[in-house]
Amino acid sequence: MPIARPTDLDGALASLSEVPSAHLLAGGTDAMVEITFDQRRPEHIIALRRLPELRGHRVDDDELTFGAMLTYTQMERDLATVAPGLAMAARTVGSPQIRNAGTVGGNLGTASPAGDTLPWLLALDAQVELRSVRGPRQLPLADFITGPKQTARQPDELITAVRVPRVEGPQHVAKLGPRNAMVISVAMAAVIVDTTNRRVRTALGSVGPRPIRASDAEQQVSDAIDWDELTCPDEAIARFADACRDASQPISDHRSTADYRRHAVGVLAARSLRRCLAT
Amino acid sequence: MSDPDPTPTEPTPVPDPEAYELTINGRTRSVPSAWLGESLLYVLRERLGLPGAKNACEQGECGSCSLFLDGVLVNSCCVLAADATDARIDTVEGLADGDQLTDVQQAFLDAGAVQCGFCIPGLITTVHDLLDRTPTPDQLEVREAISGNLCRCTGYGRILQAVEDVRARREAAG
Repeated sequence: MPIARPTDLDGALASLSEVPSAHLLAGGTDAMVEITFDQRRPEHIIALRRLPELRGHRVDDDELTFGAMLTYTQMERDLATVAPGLAMAARTVGSPQIRNAGTVGGNLGTASPAGDTLPWLLALDAQVELRSVRGPRQLPLADFITGPKQTARQPDELITAVRVPRVEGPQHVAKLGPRNAMVISVAMAAVIVDTTNRRVRTALGSVGPRPIRASDAEQQVSDAIDWDELTCPDEAIARFADACRDASQPISDHRSTADYRRHAVGVLAARSLRRCLAT
Repeated sequence: MSDPDPTPTEPTPVPDPEAYELTINGRTRSVPSAWLGESLLYVLRERLGLPGAKNACEQGECGSCSLFLDGVLVNSCCVLAADATDARIDTVEGLADGDQLTDVQQAFLDAGAVQCGFCIPGLITTVHDLLDRTPTPDQLEVREAISGNLCRCTGYGRILQAVEDVRARREAAG
């Protein structure tokens, strides 16, 4: 099993072009477990740790760009002001050790239904930047994730970054699991009260084959909010919870039941909205 | 008549395309003929004889294999050893100065924080990381910092006490 250790993006793309079947190694928190437990036997690995082009983040007037190798610890520490919801989501991931290693690009590439950054990114209409020797392209996150652990990434493409528009207003992300640390979520909700565009943005995690945008719930509650006072009638928040619950498509598995997930995601969505609003 | 060569000839090295080097606790170590899919935890324990990082879960859940990669605390079971070739690896074995334990190690002993001991190397590296980054953590910060280190013996009470003792001693020492 050869390993390529490119030191820049061009080198990585060249390696990937030669061996499109190569496994791309980011933080290793998923890949190494699969390799150790013999669930994955890559014929070739391309390690992305040395690529300067994939590190860090950029804050522009109208958008935020997160390099694919941005770690959860960096999100938690460096983005608390410009992307508070993403920082909250990052803080719910694993343990400090996992957050020091795992990356946003890895979260996107793995495309788990329970990926912790994905609901927040989806709620903000994130664009995934991909690159190959053929050139760059970008895809809306909604089109990038096609199913559980399935993406529209072509074999010779590398995820280089993910971008979201900058919006003003409060954000909250809530995750439910058996304890606060070291859990894969049973249900998750991201709520952004986007005062720039006067609309609520909401996406749900772990309650469907891929993260779900709760569009109907967004529409209803956006019409009910007093945007000058940032308040919302209780009955509208209750309807928002119902609409999020209805938007979910959960299954029963070893982590929870479909019924509990459906109930929980409504509770999390309403709780997140309340935390965003003036009370 | 030619003199026989007085120096014994070195055996011709067999090319080992999969060999690589790691820098561990300041020393360069060669890893020969390892399968390149091995985790850093496995290579340390099984190939290099460094058993300080403990192998309990092998899936990033328990923290027993915590060490520093370029100064960053990670689970070594989730690190591909062959991808750590140019990194600085610091394990629990590198913390003490000979028999001179670090203040964290001594505090764990003094507080009775060690029962079976299996989780302790991971907790020691983790607590060093915490107190280096956050010299005066509050209780919640301590609990969050060790949330990825499972201990099934102590109930954590004396571990938390040990961390508090180090914090207080370092603060008193200025």
